[in-house]
Amino acid sequence: METTGGLDIQAKKKTEYHTPAEQTRPGLVFTPAVDIYETDKEITLLADMPGVKAEDINIDLKDNTLTIMGQVESPKKKEEVDIFMEYRIGNYFRKFTLSEMIDQGKIEAGIKDGVLKLVLPKIEKAAPRKITVTID
Amino acid sequence: MFIKRISGWPSTNWESPFEEVERMRRQLALLGERVKNGRSNEQFSGVYPLCNITEDPNNYYLRAELPGLKPEDLTISVTGDSFSISGERKIKVEGADVKYHRKEREAGKFSRIINLPGQIDVEKVEARSVQGVLTVNLPKSGSTKPRQIAIKCA
Repeated sequence: METTGGLDIQAKKKTEYHTPAEQTRPGLVFTPAVDIYETDKEITLLADMPGVKAEDINIDLKDNTLTIMGQVESPKKKEEVDIFMEYRIGNYFRKFTLSEMIDQGKIEAGIKDGVLKLVLPKIEKAAPRKITVTID
Repeated sequence: MFIKRISGWPSTNWESPFEEVERMRRQLALLGERVKNGRSNEQFSGVYPLCNITEDPNNYYLRAELPGLKPEDLTISVTGDSFSISGERKIKVEGADVKYHRKEREAGKFSRIINLPGQIDVEKVEARSVQGVLTVNLPKSGSTKPRQIAIKCA
């Protein structure tokens, strides 16, 4: 099912990410807009990261902290001169804390048309094992 | 000098004690303007999609970030000096069994017309979309291109 509600889309300025730590790479950093939804089995994350190539995405999951990073190269050629600028170009960075245990080995990630899709399968809860006590 | 010190006003003008405040207000306004305009001269129309236009001697380049849009979701047309884009951004809505934690990505229809800074060659316009970034190549028409003029000696 695809819906848009027929409403007009609103233009939004990119939100700049203010790093608490000093950056090692120069340039601007933005927080991508995301959708996160959860089912019994998995958590899915969709992030708008236009201009990011598959090889320039870095996903890290450590101690329940999920970090997504995307590097963007300016599409401008050397001889191009700016004449009208409405949006700025920069890298993407965002951090999330996950409350569920994730099966690290089964994480799936893909990017298509500038949208990152991340599927994080939850660790299946161990089925309770019945232990029968035998009496000698 | 003595009066100024005991009264505590930082201003040298005893007659108008708010002069210093006024001066600060002016400087802050100036600073605000400089931050607003000076930084990468960014403009904001608030109309989706936001576009950047650049140029080189032969072309104008219009770029827009349209993540998740397929070429068939977009309609682009050009006239001699204007560019128009319209379409719809569709986002798949998951079923009732899913629980949303964040829903920041927006869907909807859009339509925008941009006046170009000069005349373009309508026949040679090319558009492509890579990683959700649309780039439209708008070749300048003969009259818009800079022409170098040789200076003749008398």
